[in-house]
Amino acid sequence: MENNNKDSEVSVDVIFQLRLYIAGQSPNSIKAFENLIMICDEHLKGRYDVEIIDLIQNPSLAKEDQILAIPTLVRKLPEPLRKIIGNLSNKERVLDGLNLKSRNSCK
Amino acid sequence: MNAEPDKNHSITPLLKTLSGIKGLDDITYGGLPKERPTLVCGGAGTGKTLFGLEFLVRGAVHFNEPGVCLSFEESEIELTKNVASLGFDLEKLKDEKKLIIDQIIIEKNEIEETGEYNLDGLFIRIGLSIDSIGAKRVLIDTMESLFSSFNNEFILRSEIRRLFRWLKKKGVTAVITAEPGEKTFTRYGLEEYISDCVIMLDNQVTEQVATRRLRIVKYRGSKHGTNEYPFLIGKDGISIFPITSVGLEYEVSSEKISSGVPRLDALLGGQGYYRESSILISGTAGTGKSSLAAYFAAETAKRGEKTLYLAFEESQSQIIRNMRSIGLDLEQWVKKGLLEFKIVRPTSYNLELHLAIMYEAIREFKPKSVIIDPLSSLLPISNQLQVRLMIMRIIDFLKMNHITTFLTNLVHSSGSSLEETEIAISSLIDTWLLVKVIELNGECNRLMYILKSRGMAHSNQVREFIITDEGIDLVDVYIGPGVVLTGAARINQEAEDKVASLVCQHDIERKKRELERKRQELEMQIYVMRSQYTAEEEELNLSIQDQGTILSKREKMAQYRKADRTS
Repeated sequence: MENNNKDSEVSVDVIFQLRLYIAGQSPNSIKAFENLIMICDEHLKGRYDVEIIDLIQNPSLAKEDQILAIPTLVRKLPEPLRKIIGNLSNKERVLDGLNLKSRNSCK
Repeated sequence: MNAEPDKNHSITPLLKTLSGIKGLDDITYGGLPKERPTLVCGGAGTGKTLFGLEFLVRGAVHFNEPGVCLSFEESEIELTKNVASLGFDLEKLKDEKKLIIDQIIIEKNEIEETGEYNLDGLFIRIGLSIDSIGAKRVLIDTMESLFSSFNNEFILRSEIRRLFRWLKKKGVTAVITAEPGEKTFTRYGLEEYISDCVIMLDNQVTEQVATRRLRIVKYRGSKHGTNEYPFLIGKDGISIFPITSVGLEYEVSSEKISSGVPRLDALLGGQGYYRESSILISGTAGTGKSSLAAYFAAETAKRGEKTLYLAFEESQSQIIRNMRSIGLDLEQWVKKGLLEFKIVRPTSYNLELHLAIMYEAIREFKPKSVIIDPLSSLLPISNQLQVRLMIMRIIDFLKMNHITTFLTNLVHSSGSSLEETEIAISSLIDTWLLVKVIELNGECNRLMYILKSRGMAHSNQVREFIITDEGIDLVDVYIGPGVVLTGAARINQEAEDKVASLVCQHDIERKKRELERKRQELEMQIYVMRSQYTAEEEELNLSIQDQGTILSKREKMAQYRKADRTS
């Protein structure tokens, strides 16, 4: 978890570049989007950028970005790349996946 | 389990897709179930991936069915390299849009799971590949990698089930590979979801030699060979050897071909062996098995037909030299391309490679006859059953290709093992000659007889088998009262007989002469006696004459004296 701490220190004033991969308007995709916006507004207000990618419209991206599960949230920046799959219903796990949890708990 | 009734079977017969893998389509009676997934399971290194790739390559090359390979383990470059040695040019197929290789990389440590999800990403990805080249075949290698990538097994299982249904709907014939589990065919019980066809591959090592095997565990709605079939990965992919399960359906020839030894032909009903039959010569060391094989090879060459000579113990030059010493020039046939030697050390390969090498050599050289000398060399490299199966496969393969098989077999001098080793294969042999060495009066002589010869009136006589520097020949043995004599004993006996008859003849002649002499003596005696008789007779006549003269003189005197007749 050493890496975790370093990671979070660096991330204080970087912009989070996030991508949410979905496949059409499935209930899980909608839920994931809602959950994501909620979490980001709470923890990353003003320093995040979410891009929604619908694989049904851009199927080739499934291969390029190695996406199997839908929905998948990818943290492109800051490095390293992280993936969180599922409808993001568990907030703690999402924060953990984005490496935001430790900083949060420091506060 | 293969007997599971399939209610739909009678209504819509199961459609099959030729896999193109050598031998597989024979044992499955037509290939894999069309537009359905087939599960191929086997441990590491059993050839699952190759099986799947060959399925794709054959489809693309021979049946115009493009394929998609989803690889969870190896990269495109690795796969391309690995199968290049088998003559599969994946690059070319890719350029021709007949093949797509898609490597799926899952970095487990990058992934966090929270909440529900599905594998739509995977579906979209496969779907895109299939649609972009109009694929009819799909390989997923190895599906079970998903289980180590995702934590939610419940979701995963339902997604896998959905995937197979979806593949069927897509109309692709799929091969799914999986690792075997302890109690189940696959580690994660994938066979639950694939009910149509399950194939097991394994690689058993016995006595340090590995043999690959394939078995069709189940094939719903279709008959299939149920044996374990050995298969090999040779120069051009997988070869499965379909054996007797395919049936003894080859056409047989009634043409006879000479053995190269006229007296042997005579023993075999006049004209020699049947063409395309299997001939076994067995005998202990030094009984001339190889010589008989060489004669057969030379005879085949004289007819202008090719012979492949697979030797396990001697080198080509050694065989040629040895045969020259008995007056047979094999080199001329080698030069004319009618005889080819393939020298292999029995222990250098395992059985499957031996098969592959033979198969390869036969395919390239296209011989009319194949000699395997000696078959027994293969025995130590595997157990008897496996060797037997292999021999069965060889003989069947050769028969189906209309090739005459000539095998030699070395047996140990102890009598019992002679039968044992051969019982295993005797049923496969059409003509079986036995050469035995018998020891008598301090010398060893070879005896040959025909143990069996299917479909011909053959002699039941034992012949002495002689090898001289002018060649080999069979001679009648001396059959005396209660003994069979060979070699010097035979020659000795023959000489004795000759002497005896000479003596007898002399005796007669002597007696003849004696009789003649007696006759001559007798004749002499008769002559002498007759002479005596004649002499006496003459004397008597003279006396009679004298007396007459005297009497007449007296009468005259009386007349003169006018004497009274006193009478």
